Amino acid sequence: MKRISLHKKHSYLANVNKQLEILSNGIFQNGDLPKFKDKITLTNQFPLKPNKLEVLQINVGYMCNQVCSHCHVDAGPDRKEIMTKETMLQCLEVIKKTEAHTLDLTGGAPEMNPHFRWFIEEASKAGIKDFIVRSNLTIIVANKKYNDIPEFFKKHNIHVVSSMPHWTKDKTDKQRGDGVFNASLKALKMLNAIGYGVPNSSLKLDLVYNPSGAFLPGDQNALEKDFKKELLEGFNIHFHNLFSITNLPISRFLDYLIASENYEDYMYALVEAYNPEAVKNVMCTNTLSVSWDGWLYDCDFNQMLELKVASPVNHISKYNEDLLQNRKITISQHCYGCTAGAGSSCQGTVA
Amino acid sequence: MQKTYYDPADLKKFGEISEWNKELGAKFFEYYNSVFKEGALTPREKSLIALAVAHTIQCPYCIDAYTGDGLQRGITKEEMIEALHVSGAIRGGASLVHGVQMMNKVKKLDM
Repeated sequence: MKRISLHKKHSYLANVNKQLEILSNGIFQNGDLPKFKDKITLTNQFPLKPNKLEVLQINVGYMCNQVCSHCHVDAGPDRKEIMTKETMLQCLEVIKKTEAHTLDLTGGAPEMNPHFRWFIEEASKAGIKDFIVRSNLTIIVANKKYNDIPEFFKKHNIHVVSSMPHWTKDKTDKQRGDGVFNASLKALKMLNAIGYGVPNSSLKLDLVYNPSGAFLPGDQNALEKDFKKELLEGFNIHFHNLFSITNLPISRFLDYLIASENYEDYMYALVEAYNPEAVKNVMCTNTLSVSWDGWLYDCDFNQMLELKVASPVNHISKYNEDLLQNRKITISQHCYGCTAGAGSSCQGTVA
Repeated sequence: MQKTYYDPADLKKFGEISEWNKELGAKFFEYYNSVFKEGALTPREKSLIALAVAHTIQCPYCIDAYTGDGLQRGITKEEMIEALHVSGAIRGGASLVHGVQMMNKVKKLDM
């Protein structure tokens, strides 16, 4: 069956208000499970406030060549939300003065933004040294015009972070689409060939592991060990670290949870695994998320739920770091996804 | 009284068995947790053994727990079903090996 986005399907869940209703009603309304706010209040962690800003995460567009079944962005080839050069110029103004040391580019497939390379070159001139690009790998081999992306990454010493839910074809393709596993291996080999991910190389290549179903990720170190062994022995592929990320119950993953009748059990699992230590380091405390159209969010998940920062400054054009750092972080029940077990963030576990 | 012997929600309450005997409960869970730590066998290998044993003793709680545990550890369904066939082979073998006893008895009694 051809995969399409919730937007394209005109699913009721393409309306974020519906998602927010689901996350606040039912088991959270009738008191079976505590709301996230109440849970963090018990450990005196409400309101959640930012710490030092370290990462500016910019979502340069929701267009993607893949339609992964768990995607929290609801990305796909049909999504037309792409950051314009004008918004990028506004981002560059912010990059020049921000305290954040890392520029983290995500999407969709960020490489599909027509100004992607120009933006990195300009950000590099503006003094950013620590770049992360969240590449889905397959884009590198999807079209000739992307084949030299690895060389471009290398030129700017970009830290590449790529998704890989398993070292087997079946599990990977089931989550990410037919042919993704083999295309990903091809792209990983291209990256390895120019030094990415090989032992002791400064060209960082990390993998992101998302569970391929309604279960939480296992131990990050154990998974990393298994991934390294299987990818090396089976395919002669190297990478540096594995970040395990919990699937948050929003967008397409929420759709899957509801359709497979796993929603309630999954929410119970998240709440049961709640770890106050993880709350201390959730990524919204050191990251700001910018959407394709320049709005500011506490994280990429809040961006997808259209929960803008609770600050008088909520657009990149009016950026004021001091004011923003004073905000209270906007939360809802999806936040349990970042505080379960060893915690979860775009950099992996946090506790 | 509930109408079925097994309720999936009871699995989450396993820890409550300590409430009626704290000392033995604590000892059991300490032992249990130690068993599954990395040793000569990896936790992954132990998880697969647990899954096979769960089916041998036909414990629905354990099947639920160790199927989920296996998925979290990246254990594939191919590995899971092979582990179950080990369980099946031993169970089947245990019946059939007693056939020797039957055969001995037949040989002794039958003319």
